[in-house]
Amino acid sequence: MINEVLYMNGYGLYVWSSFAFTISCFCILYSVIKIQLIKEQKRFRARFESLETDKIEIAKKQETYKEILATSSTSKI
Amino acid sequence: MFKYFKPNNLLKIINKTQKFIFVIFLIIISIGLVEALILSPEDYKQSDSVRIMYVHVPAAWISLGIFSLIAVLSFGILVFKNKNLSLITKSLAPSGFVFNVIALVTGSIWGKPTWGTWWAWDARITSMLLLAFFYLMFLLSWRVTDNEEKAVKISSYIAIIGLINVPIIKFSVEWWSTLHQPSSVNIFTETSIHASMLLPLGIMTAAFALFSLLIFLMKYNTELIKIKNKGLDRL
Repeated sequence: MINEVLYMNGYGLYVWSSFAFTISCFCILYSVIKIQLIKEQKRFRARFESLETDKIEIAKKQETYKEILATSSTSKI
Repeated sequence: MFKYFKPNNLLKIINKTQKFIFVIFLIIISIGLVEALILSPEDYKQSDSVRIMYVHVPAAWISLGIFSLIAVLSFGILVFKNKNLSLITKSLAPSGFVFNVIALVTGSIWGKPTWGTWWAWDARITSMLLLAFFYLMFLLSWRVTDNEEKAVKISSYIAIIGLINVPIIKFSVEWWSTLHQPSSVNIFTETSIHASMLLPLGIMTAAFALFSLLIFLMKYNTELIKIKNKGLDRL
């Protein structure tokens, strides 16, 4: 059974390499985008923490900043 | 209508849905892979090589769909001057390009056992290659200039010009004599593919669509944070 699935009537190399290429592309794309996101979140948090106290208070009042800060400390995925 | 595209609202939706989409994607792709590689029947002519269809066709569909969406939104960018639309197109492009590459590479692998060649300059393949170049130009347009307004304009024009290529890809098998067979899956006319093959094809298409949605949300999130990062300087 396993041999049949792997061999696929002589087309195994073509079929498995196609699926492997697709899954590899998925993994690479996901990793690249995820790294970019984490890097940007870290940069944001570092810059936010270096702000003066009054500016931090102003920023904290804005909805978008709240959302970014809420998600930048821990990764969602 | 544009209130739904406000960064606050979108960021909330993105953060809530990302994890959920990722889990659903993993479930659907697992079912799809089992269906495509084990449960679905082999073709009477192409034997097991037909299984390549389950990655090749959804990848081609999604890359075409994403480019069409980018082009339509690019019209919106030029007409309404909406900055959020340009963020959306910028975030859609990476997954569209990768799906385009997947379609080309898996098509090439499928071509070897089916047509006896890795590559042929037939209308469908050439127009898909052209689409990859349009994607590449679109992505590079954001890197060639530091002027964001200029980049938005250049990328929008590239997408709109590239839209001409979309119907060429779709109808190339009817307009020219090509190695590709005419479409087997049709919305308005009868589908000629058997249900046992249509099911894994549908599941894999759903999985690919979810993956592109996930990548889009992550990329859009990154772009929003980049903008907000710049905004911190203006506080």
